[in-house]
Amino acid sequence: MSDYSLFDIVGPVMIGPSSSHTAGAARLGKTAARLVDGDIVEVKMILHGSFAATHKGHGTDKALLAGLMGLSPDDEGIKSAFEIAKKRGLQYSFTCEDSGRHHPNTVKFIIKTSPGETHEITGSSTGGGRIIISTVDGLELNFTGERNMLVTRHKDTPGVISHITALLYEYRVNIGNMNVSRNRDDGIAGMYMETDNQLDTELIEKIRQVPGVLEARQLTALYDGGGV
Amino acid sequence: MRAYKVLESCKRDSTDLCEYMIRREIRVSGVSRERIIERFEKMLDTMEAAAKHALDAPLKSVSGITGGDAYRYNEYIKSRGSLMGDIPAAAIAYALSGAETNASMGRIVACPTAGSCGIVPAAILATARARNLPRETVIRALIVSGLVGLIIADNACLVGAEGGCQAECGSAAAMAAAAVCYMLGGDNDACFHAGAIAIKNVLGLVCDPVGGLVEIPCIKRNAGGVVNALTSADLALAGVKSYIPFDEVVDAMKSVGDALPAKLKETALGGLADTASGRELKNMVFGQD
Ligand code: SF4
Repeated sequence: MSDYSLFDIVGPVMIGPSSSHTAGAARLGKTAARLVDGDIVEVKMILHGSFAATHKGHGTDKALLAGLMGLSPDDEGIKSAFEIAKKRGLQYSFTCEDSGRHHPNTVKFIIKTSPGETHEITGSSTGGGRIIISTVDGLELNFTGERNMLVTRHKDTPGVISHITALLYEYRVNIGNMNVSRNRDDGIAGMYMETDNQLDTELIEKIRQVPGVLEARQLTALYDGGGV
Repeated sequence: MRAYKVLESCKRDSTDLCEYMIRREIRVSGVSRERIIERFEKMLDTMEAAAKHALDAPLKSVSGITGGDAYRYNEYIKSRGSLMGDIPAAAIAYALSGAETNASMGRIVACPTAGSCGIVPAAILATARARNLPRETVIRALIVSGLVGLIIADNACLVGAEGGCQAECGSAAAMAAAAVCYMLGGDNDACFHAGAIAIKNVLGLVCDPVGGLVEIPCIKRNAGGVVNALTSADLALAGVKSYIPFDEVVDAMKSVGDALPAKLKETALGGLADTASGRELKNMVFGQD
């Protein structure tokens, strides 16, 4: 049996000219912005492979930036992304690098937020507008944006994660992918957990109250199938 | 998914291709019939807008190397009349408009891809307009086009980088041919004959975009693709059958696609991209190598 949905074939609704170089780029930007907390004040984008080679003609640069400002792949504002960024006072730059190690359509975002934090997020456009976020602040992930994700920051002490998963079980939420980063010197860990269903606000509130949890938020699925 | 199985199952349940596809989608993705139709309504709105977007004034691509042909062609058919009948002429204008809208960073529906986005809407809309078919029929035809594309995706592929342009503009033409055949009352078998004929007509077509941009030859291949679709639908409606069944044609497309060298699969290293003029145009956009 085929895995394709009808909407993988007809769709998505998108701004042209390329599903991988434009729609996928907008989705990458949008997902990166959702992964960081706080307002983005500056972003450096390092393009690899065919993103680096042909971004000008495909509007990849505009689409990445538009996505970071929250625009969807079907938003006609993508075309004026540079003007919008200027108006918002968002600093941005693009550099091309040919590392060859990543998927051909890969971008690394270095994002500064207004609380003064810096985040590094790497992702690839995998075709047909689909994406994968492969690293966030050094942590390897496999996040497609097609499912809901719970993001937490918590004290790196025993029991916090099991407390959270127990709560999820109580609410009958099934966990897909789960990644935990503990490579912070400050004793803070980050967790990225894909869930099959959307968490309701009551559950998120309970997770926030788990001793040791500093922050918990949900990124709802970015799109369902092809149709944005 | 295979066409012969779809046909068997439609026969067993005495249903048509659109209904088969809706039921399958409900089963596979768990969304309701209403939600499926609602999403198609939205996509159809976008398709209609793109099919007309570039007709009334010349529209340039973002790179600046192409554009204005949809407008040029539309003015020509208005003033002098096309060499062809009303349906193919309107379809060519719509297909060019859709493809130019895409190249200008306008809003389109990938169908099955962005590069080939002009073909299916153009064939369906031009036919519906000339024959006064209701919007509901247009949506049902679009769903049939999705079924045909899904079978190709399952057994070959729909992207130039993997299968060449036969997989993009060829698949789009097959989807459109089946959809038009369906709209005009062709039976389930005839729809797949239409699709098979459309692919056969462009089997082996390479993907060779100048400068890697979805413009040359892509925009004109949308115009050629839609006429291929209408030709194939017309043949099937007349009762002409494809000697090679749809599933085998798709298998042939897969093996031909696999046999194509990488330089003819979207890398912009061969075919038209690697001509003197192709290289010159590329340098105009990206600067000298
Ligand atoms: S030539 Fe290549 S990029 Fe252009 S429409 Fe065909 S498959 Fe797509």
